[in-house]
Amino acid sequence: MKILVAVKRVIDYNVKVRVKPDQSDVDLANVKMALNPFCEIAVEEAVRLKEAGTADEVVVVSIGPKAVQEQLRTALALGADRAIQVETDDMPDSLSAAKILKGVVEREEPDMVILGKQSIDSDNNQTGQMLAALTDMPQGTFASKVEVADGHVSVTREVDGGLQTVKLALPAVVTTDLRLNEPRYASLPNIMKAKRKPLETVSTDDLGVSVKRTVKLLKVESPAERSAGVKVADVDELVDKLKNEAKVL
Amino acid sequence: MSILVVAEHDNNAVNPATLKTLAAAQAIGGDIDVLVAGKDCAAVADELAKAEGVNKVLSADNAVYEHQLAENVSKLVADLGKNYSHVLAPATTTGKNFMPRVAALLDVAQISDIIAVESADTFKRPIYAGNAIATVQAEDAIKVITVRATAFDAVASEGGAGSVEAVDAVFDNDKSEFVGEQLAESERPELTAAEIVISGGRGMQNGENFKLIEDIADKLGAAVGASRAAVDAGFVPNDMQVGQTGKIVAPQLYIAVGISGAIQHLAGMKDSKVIVAINKDEEAPIFQVADYGLVADLFEVLPELNEKL
Repeated sequence: MKILVAVKRVIDYNVKVRVKPDQSDVDLANVKMALNPFCEIAVEEAVRLKEAGTADEVVVVSIGPKAVQEQLRTALALGADRAIQVETDDMPDSLSAAKILKGVVEREEPDMVILGKQSIDSDNNQTGQMLAALTDMPQGTFASKVEVADGHVSVTREVDGGLQTVKLALPAVVTTDLRLNEPRYASLPNIMKAKRKPLETVSTDDLGVSVKRTVKLLKVESPAERSAGVKVADVDELVDKLKNEAKVL
Repeated sequence: MSILVVAEHDNNAVNPATLKTLAAAQAIGGDIDVLVAGKDCAAVADELAKAEGVNKVLSADNAVYEHQLAENVSKLVADLGKNYSHVLAPATTTGKNFMPRVAALLDVAQISDIIAVESADTFKRPIYAGNAIATVQAEDAIKVITVRATAFDAVASEGGAGSVEAVDAVFDNDKSEFVGEQLAESERPELTAAEIVISGGRGMQNGENFKLIEDIADKLGAAVGASRAAVDAGFVPNDMQVGQTGKIVAPQLYIAVGISGAIQHLAGMKDSKVIVAINKDEEAPIFQVADYGLVADLFEVLPELNEKL
């Protein structure tokens, strides 16, 4: 079986984001970029399915300018077999990304597409579900466990009340939650090997997709800061303050 | 303008997030209809017809909607939604699951997780885990929106006089099926709806010690939460996680016990009205957002607090 994994280049999760002084966006100049953590989990899951003999090929795809090749190489170093860059000038919005990925799905005909549940920059949590709708595939979102058997995948999902399990006919879309796995670190030999793995660049025209953006970003602000309050000496003072000052008890 | 709000429920009762989503719909303005898709969910439909500001409840009562499978619900919502200017659902794991499919079926963008309504087409939403707030304007004819429930005050659950209308449309599929669920059983209020939340972190050391927190929670009628560190360490199940990747809460009182205050956790609770931090490390970042900080050993403080409340 073939697995397609879609990955996104985002700000490194350790970097504290700063809003530009003109409030036009966050400042990404000279900021460390990385593979989106949920996408890393998606790559890891696909590679594990290959190592278990369930999958025989892992193809990784990313959308964006040339810089995304860096994240594709990271995914190859983690164990993906080959990579596709869909070249665009900017990062497309979720619907356009889903349309582009649909084009890739039609070319590659994977049995499963694994994506991160959301990217840690826009926090949209949309692309996997949109891709599933556009390709009429079933979906298992927020996965904490994935088991493939008999042309189906059972996905245990992290839902508000606990866990839910769905059984999906392949091909299907799976989006990863945090506890699905712990991604490995790429070893130096694998990083070297990744440089020789195939990486193909295609355009949105090749895929027959036009990209548009229908949501305008008007402004980006820093959130209201919370300031530190007071330290209380003991439990008595705490209970007193909560009752008489904050009046929440 | 006309707005369709997709109700969140368990076929028996309305999830409070629905009433908060109705408040977001009122802020947009216009006629508000509510869709209740489920099985044997007439009680939910009747309850929502009484909610403030509801014009009409559309009740799609069929076995295919029992478990809110995204494949089925999205087609129903898209089919009904094309007659509205806005389609809203709470940004719960259920809403997050089916709404992007609705948007894709309608060929429009989705605005996720709004925290404020600026106008009928302009909204505020957190990005970068709440470290920045974006103001966005949607240009599509139909606005598909998920609502961060904690950012809105619920509309009154009584006093409305909406009608209930049955919807016969049945969308089934042969590609996905519900197998089962393990839902946490608890007498305590739901985390995202509780007035008081008390959460434990890695400092609790193990799952048994959460009893100290649970005792206080029961006294206060509070919900019990946890940090990602406590969940990852296996102390408590994932559905108790408060944070960027867990539940977003904004109660009147949030008590953080043995939680250092990683950005990931703060993103899930920093909009709480009053924050109390109990931690023995006085340098812990949680104190920077706490209204009241107590630097002390939680194993001494919690029993004492329980006694004095």
